[in-house]
Amino acid sequence: MSARITLSVAGRVLHQLRRDHRTVAMLLVMPCVILTLLWWMFGDLPGGAIGFDKLGPALLALIPFIVMFLVTSVTTLRERSSGTLERLLAMPTGKLDLLGGYALAFGLVAAVQSTLAVTVCVWLLGLDVAGSVWVLVVVAVCDAVLGTALGLFVSAFAQTEFQAVQFMPLVVLPQILLCGLFVPREAMPAVLEAISNMLPLSYAVDAMSSLATTAGSALGDVDPEVWVDIGIVIGFAVAALALGAATLRRRTA
Amino acid sequence: MMKNSVVEVDGLTVVRGHVRAVDDVSFATVPGKVTGLLGPSGCGKTTLMRSIVGVQIVAGGTVTVLGYPAGSKQLRDRIGYVTQDPSVYNDLTVAENLRFFARVLGTEPGEVDRCIEAVDLVDRKDVVVGRLSGGQRSRASLAVALLGRPELLVLDEPTVGLDPVLRRDLWAMFHALADQGTTVLVSSHVMDEADRCDRLLLMRDGRLIADDAPDVLRQRTRTHDIESAFLALVEGGVEGATA
Repeated sequence: MSARITLSVAGRVLHQLRRDHRTVAMLLVMPCVILTLLWWMFGDLPGGAIGFDKLGPALLALIPFIVMFLVTSVTTLRERSSGTLERLLAMPTGKLDLLGGYALAFGLVAAVQSTLAVTVCVWLLGLDVAGSVWVLVVVAVCDAVLGTALGLFVSAFAQTEFQAVQFMPLVVLPQILLCGLFVPREAMPAVLEAISNMLPLSYAVDAMSSLATTAGSALGDVDPEVWVDIGIVIGFAVAALALGAATLRRRTA
Repeated sequence: MMKNSVVEVDGLTVVRGHVRAVDDVSFATVPGKVTGLLGPSGCGKTTLMRSIVGVQIVAGGTVTVLGYPAGSKQLRDRIGYVTQDPSVYNDLTVAENLRFFARVLGTEPGEVDRCIEAVDLVDRKDVVVGRLSGGQRSRASLAVALLGRPELLVLDEPTVGLDPVLRRDLWAMFHALADQGTTVLVSSHVMDEADRCDRLLLMRDGRLIADDAPDVLRQRTRTHDIESAFLALVEGGVEGATA
C-alpha cells in the first residue's frame, strides 16, 4: 500500500464530487429532509415524540449506509467502464490504494453528512439523545464506510449503472426489514433473528438505539455493547473491502 | 530474436469466447523504432496490445517486456498505454487529470506541463475533459501515457478521427520519441498510415501475416501501396510473415 496513491485517489474522488453540485446538495440536504419528514409525520400523534425518538436514531444509521452504497456502486462502476480503472491498475496502483482512497473520500463525506443530520435532529427537531452525541456521528461514519465497501464489492457484479442501482433493493431492503426497526429483533421468528444477527446493519441500529437511550454523555458512560457493535460494523466493512479488492483484476478476458 | 528487444512475443494465443482473438503470434520490437500494427477492425490488434501491457488473460505463449514477463510489477511505471476509448476522467480538467495520474506515478510536477504541451492542449488545459471534442479527449488520454517518459509506448489507434495536420504532428512526435530511445507501438486500421512507420506488423483474423519495413513489404509483394500488399498477402501467392 502507498499512502501517496491512496491520498491522491481520495483527493481526486473529492475533487470530482466538488464539481458535481447537485450530488453534493443531495448528499447533504436529503438526509436532513427525510428526518424532518419523519419528525413531522409523528408530530400530531399522541406520544409522537416517542416515535421519532425511537426511529430517528435507526434512520441516522440507515441513511448514510444507503446513500454511500448507491453513490459508490455507481462511481466505481463508472471507473470500471471508462477504462480509468484498467489504466490505474496498469500503473503502480495497489488494489487497496484504490479501495482505501474511495473509503477515505466517502468516509469524509459521510462524516459531514452525519454531522449535519445529527445536528438537525438534536438541535432543531429535539431528538432526545441520552448518550454521547458524537459517538452517534462515529457510528454513522462507520455505516457510511460499510456502505462504501459493499458498494465497491457489488459494482464488480454489474455491467451497467442500471444493474448496479438494482443491487440496492437486494442488499439494502432485507437489512432494513430485519434490523429491528419494524419488529424488535428478539421478537422475530428464530430463523429471522438468526439472519438478522448476520447482517451488519442490525448492529449499527443497535448501537444507535442504545446510544439514544443510555444516559451519560461522557466517553466512559458509553455502553461497552456499543463499542462491540461498532467493532462488528467495522469488521464487516473491512471484510467487504477485502472482497472488493478480490474483484479488482489486473488481467481481464 | 534480437538480444536487446523491448517487446518479445512468442507463440502468443488469446482466446476470447470461442474465438482465437490472437493466434500463435510471434515478433520482437526494436528499441528506438516506431512499429505499426495494422489490420482491419476486429483482427486482434487491441487484444495483442492488451497482452503486451499485461491486462489481458492469455491462453498460451509468452510476452516479455524489458526483460520481464508482461504485467510484472517492475513494468508498471515503464509502459505508457493508451486505450482506444480515452481513459481519463470526464468531470476533471485536462490539467487535473494529468496531475492525478502524475501523483499516482510519482513523477516530478514539471511532467504535467510538458505532457500537455506535447499533445498541444495548452490552451485547453483548464477545460473539463467532458466538454472537449473526441480528438482532444484522446489527446488528453495520450498525454497521461507520456507522463514520466516511459520506455515503451503502446498506443491503440491514437490518430483515429484527428485533423490531418494534427495527425502529422503526432506521428512526428512518435518519431521524435523513438529517436530519444522510446519504443513506440502504434495500431491503426487505416492502411495509409503504414508509411509513417519504421516497421509494419500486418494482422488479420488474429494472425500476423507480415512483419517488415513498408518498403520491403511493397517490394516483396510487387505492389505500390500497403493496401494492395495486404490484399496480395491475404489472397496468397506471396510468402507470409518472415520468421
